[in-house]
Amino acid sequence: MSRAWEAVIGLEIHAQLSTASKLFSGAATAYGAEPNTQASFIDAALPGTLPVPNREAVRKAIQFGLAIGARIAPESVFARKNYFYPDLPKGYQISQYELPVVAEGVLPVRLEDGRTLSVRIERAHLEEDAGKSVHDAFHAETGIDLNRAGVPLLEIVSAPVLHSPAEAVAYLRTVHTLVRWLGICDGNMQEGSFRCDANVSVRPRGETRFGTRCEIKNVNSFRFVEKAIEYEIERQIRALENGEAIVQETRLYDPARHQTRPMRGKESADDYRYFPDPDLPPLRIVPEDIERERAALPELPEARRRRYIEAMGLPALDADQLCLDRATADYFEAALATLAPQAADPAAAKLAANWVLGELAAALNEAGLDIAAARVTPTALAQLLLRLREGAISGRNAKEVFAAMWAGEGEADAIIAARGLRQISDTGALAAAVDAVLGEFPAQVAECRGGNDKLLQFFVGQVMKRTRGQAHAAQVNALLREKLAP
Amino acid sequence: MTVVELARRLRGGAVSARELAQQALDAARRRADLNAFIALDAERAEAAASAADAARAQGRDTPLLGIPFAHKDIFCTRGLRTTCASRMLADFVPPYDAHVTERLDVAGAVLVGKTNMDEFAMGSSNENSAFGAVANPWDGTRVPGGSSGGSAAAVAAGIVPFATGTDTGGSIRQPAAFCGITGLKPTYGRVSRYGMIAYASSLDCGGVLARTAEDCAHVLAALAGHDPRDATSAQRPVDDYVAALDQPWAGLRIGVAREYFGAGVDHGVAAAVHAALRALEQQGARLVDVSLRNAHHAIAAYYVIAPAEASSNLSRYDGVRYGHRCANPTSLEDLYTRSRAEGFGAEVQRRILTGTYVLSAGYYDAYYLRAQRVRRRIADDFAAAFAEVDLIAGPTTPTPAFRLGEKSGDPLALYAADVNTVAVNLAGLPAISLPAGFVDGLPVGLQLIGPAFAEARLLAAAHRLQQVTDWHTRTPGARP
Repeated sequence: MSRAWEAVIGLEIHAQLSTASKLFSGAATAYGAEPNTQASFIDAALPGTLPVPNREAVRKAIQFGLAIGARIAPESVFARKNYFYPDLPKGYQISQYELPVVAEGVLPVRLEDGRTLSVRIERAHLEEDAGKSVHDAFHAETGIDLNRAGVPLLEIVSAPVLHSPAEAVAYLRTVHTLVRWLGICDGNMQEGSFRCDANVSVRPRGETRFGTRCEIKNVNSFRFVEKAIEYEIERQIRALENGEAIVQETRLYDPARHQTRPMRGKESADDYRYFPDPDLPPLRIVPEDIERERAALPELPEARRRRYIEAMGLPALDADQLCLDRATADYFEAALATLAPQAADPAAAKLAANWVLGELAAALNEAGLDIAAARVTPTALAQLLLRLREGAISGRNAKEVFAAMWAGEGEADAIIAARGLRQISDTGALAAAVDAVLGEFPAQVAECRGGNDKLLQFFVGQVMKRTRGQAHAAQVNALLREKLAP
Repeated sequence: MTVVELARRLRGGAVSARELAQQALDAARRRADLNAFIALDAERAEAAASAADAARAQGRDTPLLGIPFAHKDIFCTRGLRTTCASRMLADFVPPYDAHVTERLDVAGAVLVGKTNMDEFAMGSSNENSAFGAVANPWDGTRVPGGSSGGSAAAVAAGIVPFATGTDTGGSIRQPAAFCGITGLKPTYGRVSRYGMIAYASSLDCGGVLARTAEDCAHVLAALAGHDPRDATSAQRPVDDYVAALDQPWAGLRIGVAREYFGAGVDHGVAAAVHAALRALEQQGARLVDVSLRNAHHAIAAYYVIAPAEASSNLSRYDGVRYGHRCANPTSLEDLYTRSRAEGFGAEVQRRILTGTYVLSAGYYDAYYLRAQRVRRRIADDFAAAFAEVDLIAGPTTPTPAFRLGEKSGDPLALYAADVNTVAVNLAGLPAISLPAGFVDGLPVGLQLIGPAFAEARLLAAAHRLQQVTDWHTRTPGARP
């Protein structure tokens, strides 16, 4: 980006709340069902049908509000956003306009360069999703699938406080982590349950007024968000430098070309004629509702990350990685609880972190599994790490044992025994093996004593060979040094 | 005959529900000249009547068991076409019952047909129906009132002892007044709106038209109560309306609102209403002057708020999923434009346009928000008055029924005639219109308004008046 320009970015995130039923009807919300099998009379807007708010969706909105330290409105108002479109059955979308359920929160966002950005979230409001137009199923006709119509969304609106594509993506990732952490959204971007529109403008650096903004829609991956914003900033700067004005408009991101272009079609709906929905009384939330949610709130990612660093002594990088999602952090803590049940034990914590982020992550990745489906339980992993800590097996053999556990061969101890991987750390037995090797290679012994240190590794290898890799490497080293001393 | 009389005859075995249903169907066909019905359903009526007779034989005896009635064609009836008197819904068969439909079904009442109305309940003459105007049984050249005109005509002509109606700005009370019967609009939220096709959601209210207040009490008892499918449905327990009818009420204070007797009120109407009030006074009521200072703003506020909500409520009729769809649309916009232009009548289109306008950016504050402020003041006026009195009284309408076609070219004159009824909807209050005499052979209605959820008090006062007067027993002379 040119030094002369500053980008100003705000994100509108649509998080689909993971409720069993829709925001205003009892129809199911599961993804991927046959078209229109999850559409009730209410979703199809048959005459005389009425919306009834889903309290579960409201609870999830409260949880999000509490997690960002926001104000939960004791009374918020559902409003109608009126426009005509075939996938909008009522001819209006029920949303919240003037009085949203969540207002004024802050989310700390960790950037790659180590800085922390406090992103102000202006509001989060409940609204229903629209249906889907299906253009390719019928010849010369458009089909309408109402399965998605009425699905509950939490629209999370940041203040225009982000200044680069990297900041925008870091913020988006943090929100993504948070909603999954809270269990209010599954975060699946492919299925559209976590979507994002970006408002982008640029202005000369130092200017305090905002430039004209464009809204980019249809960006469904972190990478695309970054690319789309990057493109849009460059496009706007180029236009301004050429003396052109920016037109306020909605633009679509084309991932194939990494470009944004003006959106066509859809009724140019500048005037949505918002007004309070007369079918829905104001949504009342009493202090007891809020306190109930507060009490049930899990430890948040940022708090946990700090605890990992400050109380457990983990490096920041490990803490960051572990806290990317709650299941991983929970797995780590469960393993650590078995490995070091008593007091804080930084070495144990580091060991557990290494394995969760190393072997386990690699195995999950390779199998394409979620941590919830891990084939090794935290306790089983801890059993293995216990043996490793005791010196009962070597680091390399531990990896072999882990692979065998992953393959379903049983628990660590059983595999160690069956494969004869127990490490020899009995000094007598090791001394005998060392003596045998030294007796076998007198010439090399003499050379070594003469000052050729490199031969030390040769002897270690020979001892390992003789003990089928079970010798405790550090002890062997020490013994050899002692016996080969000039 | 009244519901109570018919129930007595059913109980005594003098008549069966099947016979009553047949009589109602015959009467409806005989009086086809009224055009009170959009549809009759003999098959369904016979099945329901047989079930009622069987239940009675088993020992069941509830007030509405076996009583024939009609639904305004705004209440969804599963498997039975529900049109809202609109070409838009001419072929719409709901796959579900309205709450009101369910409740009367459960009560054992026998549905014989669906009554005519102003399209989407927009109108006060029943001339805005895709199925033609309805004649007033007292004078076939006059309107029955609206929008529940078919229901009022069917009850007044003795076809059914009661019918359901809806009241958004007077649509139960005004036709009840014009047709010389009793019409009850309950408190907003007392009767669920589920399955009642929306006109203006914050004002729409289901209710009943019958001959007497006592009958209204029996029907309201069946309809009232919380329904979780309507978020605006009241949680409050339901009073025993029937038991309350005969409770003693010494010293009931009735506020006489001077604004309801202002310019434009027919002298004969005013005289009849005063006479009815004197009759109540003789029964121990105390008449007190009250003032509703913002009453004259009610029409303006109503004709902003109701169209605003209607413009949004009626957006769903787009020709996409159900309802009228124009032939061979050339584009999406063409589909919308022609389907809606062909499907909606002139008055509906007028209100959609008005409503769209008042909600538009730049006009919202000046119209919609201002109307809401007026609405609050009107409600405050009522609240202040009810601190002094138990009920408020006045004429339901400024004049008796006008002639068919007399005002159809002048929507503003028609709107102005709603002057005494719309404020009640804006404040969400219960009110009843009951027969109070005649002017030139045309019925006059007395309106009693109560505080929220005071239906029992309203019905008791109306019942008392009907014990000492006989206006409600008068019936129009038999016609062809």
